[in-house]
Formats: sequence, C-alpha cells, structure tokens
Amino acid sequence: MAALLQVNDLSAFYGPTKVLHGISFSLDEGGITTILGANGAGKTTTLRAICGMARTTGRITLDGEPIIGLATESVARRGVAHVPEGRGTFTRLSTEENLTLGTMGRRDRSGIAEDMERMFDYFPVLRERRNQQAGTLSGGEQQMLAIARALMLRPRLMLLDEPSFGLAPLIVREMFRILRRINEEERVSMLLVEQNAALALNLADTAYLLETGRVAMTGPAKEIVADEQVRRSYLGY
Amino acid sequence: MELFLSQVFSGLATGAIYAAVALAVVMIFLAIDHFNFAQGEMAMFSTFICWALLDAGVPYWLAFVLTIAFAFAFGVVIERVLFRPLHNAPVLSHIIAFLGLFFILNNGAGWIWDFTIKPMESPFPEGSFGGLMSYHQVGMVGVVLLMLALLFLFFRFTSVGLAMRAAAQNPDSARLCGIPVGWMIALGWGMASAIGAVGGILIAPVVFLEPNMMLGILLYGFAAAIVGGITNPAGAVAGGFMVGVMENLVGTYIPFVGSELKLTVALVVIVGVLMVKPSGLFGRTTVTRV
Repeated sequence: MAALLQVNDLSAFYGPTKVLHGISFSLDEGGITTILGANGAGKTTTLRAICGMARTTGRITLDGEPIIGLATESVARRGVAHVPEGRGTFTRLSTEENLTLGTMGRRDRSGIAEDMERMFDYFPVLRERRNQQAGTLSGGEQQMLAIARALMLRPRLMLLDEPSFGLAPLIVREMFRILRRINEEERVSMLLVEQNAALALNLADTAYLLETGRVAMTGPAKEIVADEQVRRSYLGY
Repeated sequence: MELFLSQVFSGLATGAIYAAVALAVVMIFLAIDHFNFAQGEMAMFSTFICWALLDAGVPYWLAFVLTIAFAFAFGVVIERVLFRPLHNAPVLSHIIAFLGLFFILNNGAGWIWDFTIKPMESPFPEGSFGGLMSYHQVGMVGVVLLMLALLFLFFRFTSVGLAMRAAAQNPDSARLCGIPVGWMIALGWGMASAIGAVGGILIAPVVFLEPNMMLGILLYGFAAAIVGGITNPAGAVAGGFMVGVMENLVGTYIPFVGSELKLTVALVVIVGVLMVKPSGLFGRTTVTRV
C-alpha cells in the first residue's frame, strides 16, 4: 500500500509554546490509523496541524503533494475532511443544510443528492431530523451529523477527533461499527484520535503512541494492544 | 387623525432607510462582531458617486446600478485592505479604524465635491397618494422591501448564501467544509456597502446631499439595529420601521422634543434598550462561559 499522508519532522506551536516536537508518521491508503496518548500529548494538535489550523514547521504531503502552509479550506478541498473536537455543528442551521455545507467544494449536483441519501442510510436518525435545527440534536446525533458532513466532501482522508467524547457507551459502539462500514464501503482512509484506547485499537490497523509531543511507539494495532506497558498505562488492565 | 396618519406614513418611509442602514450594520456585525461606525459615510460617498454620474448626464437607473456596483466593490476593497489585517486585533483598534475611515470619507467627499448641499433627483414623479405619502416615499419603501426580499431569497436558497451564513456562525467549521471564510466576509462587506448605498441614494432627495447627510441617519440605523436585536437581520429591519414611526410621533406629540431633540430620541432608545433588554426585541442572547 502506498502512503496517502506522509508527515516528517512536524512541529507545532500555540503562540510561543511548542506542542509537537518533530513527529513523523505515515498513513496507508484505505487504512485506519489511530493516535493514542494522554491528555496534552498533542493528538488534537496533530490533526489541527494537518489542516492548517496551527502554526507548524516540517513537511506534510498528501499523495506526494505538500500541503503544509495551505489554508484550512484548501486542505479540505484536497480531500481531507476533519471531524473536529466538539463536532463543529452549525447549530442554527438545519440538519440538511449542515450536510449541504459539506459539499461546498463540489459541482456534481446529482452526486450530492445521492450522497445525501447514502448518509441517511448510514444514519437513519438524521433522515428523521432532516429539517430540524441542528443545535437541537442530541450529542450522539450531532456526532453522526459531523461524520456525515465530513463524508459529504467525498474525502480521501478523514480526521476524527475524539468521536466518542461525551457519548453513551451503546451509542459509541454503534458509531464505531458504522465507521468500520464506511471505511470498507467508501474506501476512506481514517486517522483517529481517541482517549478510549481499547475502542480505537480495536478499530484501527496501525497505531502511534504520542507522549508529550513525541512519537513514543509505533506498530500494528494488534501488537500495540498486546504490549504490556501500553496495556497498563492506556488500557487499564 | 389626518396628522397622525401622515406622521405614521412618513415615518414608515424614513424607517425604510433606517432599516436598510440597520441591515448593513447587522450584516457586518454578524461577520466580524463590530459596529461599523463608517457605514453611513460609505453610503454617503456612494451617493455622491451617483450624483456625479447623474450630473454627467447618465440616465437615473443606469447611474443607480453603476453606483450599487461601485459600492459593492468599494466594500470588498475596504475589507481586504483595511479590516482583513485587523481581524485578530482588539476592539479598540477596530474602533479607531472605523473612525479613521469615517473622517477620510467625510472629508474626502467634502474635498472632492465641497460641503455645500446639493439637490438630488428622485426617480419617482412628484405628487402623493391622498396627501399622506409622496410618490417618492412610496418608492423608498418599495425599493427597500424589494431589496429585502431579494436578500432573503439569496440567503435562503443559494449555496453562496448558505456558505455566508455558515461562515458567520462557525468560521472554523466552515473552513473545514472548504468554505473560504475570508472571502465570505469580504462579500458581506460588499453587500452591506451596497445596501447602505441604496439607502443613501433614496434618502438624499429628502434630506439633500452633503457630506454630513448620513450622520443622523446612521444614529437611527444603530438604534434600529439595537431595538431589533443586533444578531437578527429581520429584527433590524423591523426595528428600522419602528424607530422611523416613533421618531415622527415623538417629535409631533411630545411638545418639548419637537424637531430639535429628535436625534436625542435615537440615543435615548439605544441606551434604554441596552439597559432593559440588551439583546433587543428579536435578538439572541449570547451566553459566554468565563
């Protein structure tokens, strides 16, 4: 498999504070990769850096083309869909308008209608809430809306920031089941940041462990799960 | 009764202009969270352009359309050149920039076209409907309502309108959807400038054209925006008509106000609303976690 996203020696800053210290990793086309780490390890920052939402140095290439330094909207138009922390719902717009916003970079009208229907098939509850103001949706519904909105971009790569945050376990399990289906059916590569390491390692095929802005460990998810120290520190058994 | 009705109707006519100015102010406020103190001067400057075109013999509606196009481009350029670099700057920097723009346009207009008042022509015939409302006043209300309807359709049914609403509501999320938020803000400035220009061109035949023409009108526009709720475009329009009628009734029926203290009414309204109901009649209350 060819690398879809290649990150080399990436550093990121918030003001004068350096948050990422030269991390490198790569992402396979069609795969699911997860970044694990404690609070403040730099997981969210890594995603924001890819999308041009943080001050960065280093090299990031998407399909061989450099995307570092590009405006966030340009990165999005190149097929990187970021489902942000906190879901990024347009609360005063309807569910359908939220989904339509995902298609702003596209011109194929018929494809858009088709994709909308497919999203409603993945997430039937969104069909019911179609004309409802998105701010009135429950947390789980808004998370599904955020994932669907990102998919409406027809992305090659999806960045997911803590999709399980604040949701009931049952809903989380349902959502991860759908994410796997989407990965298989839509051929979308995924980069997943999760606090819930057990869940993330179960879904992903590759894992990176971040510790205070540095890559501490890399490997296939199966091996990482089996690692004694990871199990103690992140899985809690 | 006759007096009352004629005051109400002429109040609605000037109210239409306040509504246009208030709407322009609200559009920029929603995009960048600041009051544009130079909104009135931008409208005045555009009105002078229209006057100059008419003076040069351009037919009225052609001059009107050319002026609107100028005002739109003017708004976009101001945003790109002046306010884009300030987008993260504190509120005081914005206020100084707005005031600077105010004085540049005010004095610039005086310098180019001098400060003497000029009569502006009206596209509508002389005369009135039963002595209650002149044809020009009816035209003012008509043009503003038509413009509002077009704006509503634009924001409700076009994808650029949707993108603009999204960019104002949640800029980060809009960028992640691939929307160029900076250009949406510039577009908002252009549209606000054009809306203000329509107001300026329509009111100029009533108040006569001169560089300070929009000062009082902007004050009423602010009052209208605050009464209606600064976060609600439709509210600002309703506020415009309400303030227009109220201004006339207060001036007519409260003896000591007369025409000298009319402007004070706008300030009293602003302060009063901010004290009693800061979010306005139709505004959204913003809650910020600290």
